[in-house]
Amino acid sequence: MKLGLKPLRSLIGRDAGADRVVPPTGYTASLTLFAAGALAFLAVFALALSLATSRLADRWSEELARSSTLRIAAAEGQMAAQTEAALKILETTPGIASARALDAAEQRALLEPWFGPDLPVENLPIPQLIEIIERGDGYDAAGLRLRLEAEVPGAVLDDHSRWRKPLVRAASRIRLLGWLSLLLIGATVAAMITLAARAALAANAQVIGVLRLIGAHDGYIVQAFVRRFTLRSLGGAAAGTVLGCCAVLLLPRAEVGGGFLTGLGFQGWHWLWPLIIPALSAGIAYLATRAAAQRILRDLP
Amino acid sequence: MRGAIATPQPVGHLGRKGYEGPPVIDLENVAYSYGGGELLSDITLRLTPGSFHFLTGPSGAGKSTLLKLLYGALMPDEGHVRLMDADTREMTRDDIALARQRIGVVHQDCQFLNHLTVEDNIALPLLVSGRDMLAEDANLRELIGWVGLTHRAAALPPELSGGERQRAALARAVIMSPDVILADEPTGNVDWDMSQRLMRLLIELNRMGKTVMIATHDLALIRAAKTQVQARVLRISGKRLQLAGADL
Repeated sequence: MKLGLKPLRSLIGRDAGADRVVPPTGYTASLTLFAAGALAFLAVFALALSLATSRLADRWSEELARSSTLRIAAAEGQMAAQTEAALKILETTPGIASARALDAAEQRALLEPWFGPDLPVENLPIPQLIEIIERGDGYDAAGLRLRLEAEVPGAVLDDHSRWRKPLVRAASRIRLLGWLSLLLIGATVAAMITLAARAALAANAQVIGVLRLIGAHDGYIVQAFVRRFTLRSLGGAAAGTVLGCCAVLLLPRAEVGGGFLTGLGFQGWHWLWPLIIPALSAGIAYLATRAAAQRILRDLP
Repeated sequence: MRGAIATPQPVGHLGRKGYEGPPVIDLENVAYSYGGGELLSDITLRLTPGSFHFLTGPSGAGKSTLLKLLYGALMPDEGHVRLMDADTREMTRDDIALARQRIGVVHQDCQFLNHLTVEDNIALPLLVSGRDMLAEDANLRELIGWVGLTHRAAALPPELSGGERQRAALARAVIMSPDVILADEPTGNVDWDMSQRLMRLLIELNRMGKTVMIATHDLALIRAAKTQVQARVLRISGKRLQLAGADL
C-alpha cells in the first residue's frame, strides 16, 4: 500500500471540489462523529489502564525482586543475639547489598493497617523483621537458608517470590487486556466507519452515478468520501480524547494507601500517548472508507 | 491502453468545426445480452466526426443499451467498441472515465447533484477534471446563457421545470467541449415547443462540429429535425441496426 504525502495533502489541503460533490448532511455524519468520539473516550481509559498496569507490574517486579525479608522468632532475651547473628550472616552473603533490622516504629507502621495506631509493639511477642536489599543477580536463597538454619534456628527467609510472581503475572494480564481492548476499539472504529461509509455510498448512489457519467475517475469519487469520513472521524476522536483525558484527570491520584485503584492515569510524558488516538482513528477511517468505496465502485459500470 | 485517450480541452467555447480524424466511436459486430436473452446482435456502427444520427425503435428494442455501449457504461458480449480508437475491453476504468469527458451524455431522467446550484452542476465536469474554475468562468456563463438558464443559475435542480432540467443537462454535457453528444430521449419529458428548442441546440452543436446521436421514439421530432440537418436515421429492429426507410 502506497502511503505517501499525497493522501495527507489531499486530506489536509483545501480540496473544495471533492468535498462539495458529497451532500453535506446525513445521519452517517452524526453517527460517525458520535461513535468516533465515544470509542476515543473508551480508548483513553484502555490506554490509561494499560500504562498504569505496566507501571504497576514493573514496580512490583523491580521492587519486590530486589528485596527480601528475614523474620526472626526467638525466646525473650535471645532476640537481640539472634538478630545480631543473622545480620552478620547477611553481611557476608554474596549478592546482598544491605541488611538492616526494622525498628519498633517501622514494625508498628507495618501493623497499623490491621491493629490501628498506638499498638504497644514492645509488649507483644512480635518477630523481628530484617529488610534485605539485593545487588546484581541477587543471592543464593537455598544456600542462605541452610546457613540460617544452622546458626539462627528461629529465622525464616521470605524472598517474596511466593506472592510476587502471581501479582506480576496478574498485572501483566491486565496490561495485555488493556492493549487487547485498544485493538478491539480500533477494529470497532474500522467496522463502524466501514458501515457508515457503505451506508453513505449507498445513499449517494445518484451522486456517484452522475460523477461517473461526467467522467470522474474512481480516485476522485473515493477521495471525496474518504476525506469526509476521515475528517469526521478525526474530529469525533479528538473531542472524545479530550473528554477522556479530562475524566482521567478527575480520577484520584496515586496514593500508597489507595493501592492499585488510585494509580489509574497517565504520568509524565505518558500524557502524550492519547494524542495518537485521534490520528489512529483518522488513519483507520481513511483506510476503511477507501476500501469500502473502492469495493463499491468496482461493481459499478 | 492507459493514456490512449487524450485529455479533452475545455470549451473554447462551442465553436470547433471541421474536426477530421478517425471515427470517434466505432462499434464492430457488437452483441449484447440482457436477462439471459440476446438484446443486440451483430451491430456495426461508425460515428464519424461531425455526423448526426437518430436512433429509433420500439420501447425495449435496446436504444438505451446501445447508447450505454457507446459511452463505455456497458461492455459488449461480443465484438468491439472503440472510443477514440481505443478498445473498451482494453481500457481501464480511468481510461473510460477520461473518454467520457469527451462524450457528453444527456438522459431523459437527467440527474443532478441536488445540493448544488444549477451553475455548479453545469460546471461539475470542469470541477472533477481539475480545471481552473476561475479561468472557465466566462465560458461557463456563456454556456448558461446559450441554453437560456441565466436567470436560473442560482436555483437548485429540484426547482427546475422539465425543459430547464433538460437544458441544464445539455449544458453540463457540452461544458467540456466533447467530440460526441449522446442523448437518450432528451425530449421525453417536455412539450413540443421545448422539444424544438432542445433540437435547435443540438443541431447548433452539430454545426459546430460535434457528432450527435439522439435516441428517440418520437418520429415527428425526427421528421422536423431532418428539415434542418442532414441526419442519418437508424432503427433497431430484431436485435439489429438498420437504416430507417425513406419515410424518415
